[in-house]
Amino acid sequence: MREKLIYALGIVAALYLVRNLYVMLLQLPDELAQGPIYRIFYFHLPGYFTGATCFFLGGVFSILYLVTRKWKWDSLAVSVTEVGLPFAAMNLITGMIWGRIIWGIWWTWDPRLTAALISALIYAGYLMLRKAIPDPTERAKNSAVMAIFAFTSVIFTYKSNEWFRTQHPAPVLSLRTGGGTIEPAMEWMLFHNWMALLMLAALFIAIRWNQEERRREIESLRREALAY
Amino acid sequence: MDERNFTYMFYGLAAAWTTIVLYVLTLVTRENKLKTEVETLKNLIKERKV
Repeated sequence: MREKLIYALGIVAALYLVRNLYVMLLQLPDELAQGPIYRIFYFHLPGYFTGATCFFLGGVFSILYLVTRKWKWDSLAVSVTEVGLPFAAMNLITGMIWGRIIWGIWWTWDPRLTAALISALIYAGYLMLRKAIPDPTERAKNSAVMAIFAFTSVIFTYKSNEWFRTQHPAPVLSLRTGGGTIEPAMEWMLFHNWMALLMLAALFIAIRWNQEERRREIESLRREALAY
Repeated sequence: MDERNFTYMFYGLAAAWTTIVLYVLTLVTRENKLKTEVETLKNLIKERKV
């Protein structure tokens, strides 16, 4: 049943992404000042939002693990956090490519960019920490605490272009500005692609969760094998 | 408009998709490794029981 759901989710997410590509490339016009390259934003922003959603869930599942001490929450926490990382990387890489044309540089140590990079590195550190602790209980406890504190870096990144003077563009979504800064059709496309990437993330999380359960089975089999 | 504008748009979209594809490949590789390891351990336990 779970496998069928995974396949169904995969097909729906793929179709949604293809539909979004069609609309963003063939139906929406170029942006007046930036030209066609603005379309990178349809992956840059949704990539960040998807990563941030995963990291937020990672924090929530980590709290649930610390409260209940159930392995399910630890498995879910590591699954969502790992899945968030490629989306954070997507945000950073697409941003750099956009910056090369619009700013003339690949990278600058601007507060927003630096915060996003540090945030991604912290979550990579979370995954490395898990590999470094052999005892499952210690690993789950320490990484849960780290995931909760790591989420502050996501909030810091999100708010950094309000708190500091940055080269990064100011917020454009009407949720933050009250409207008037972005063409509604373009804004809807951002939300559509965020939904599509979230569906893709949900698919990856389901697969990754299965793998984490299997890894736990391996640990138990190893102990059993040693007992003989 | 700079010609590179269009080219870099495709670089950006390609980079986004490459990131996804690379993660999918990581998941597939890990899935195969885990399956093999479970089978190996199960066989080992069966052998030791005998």
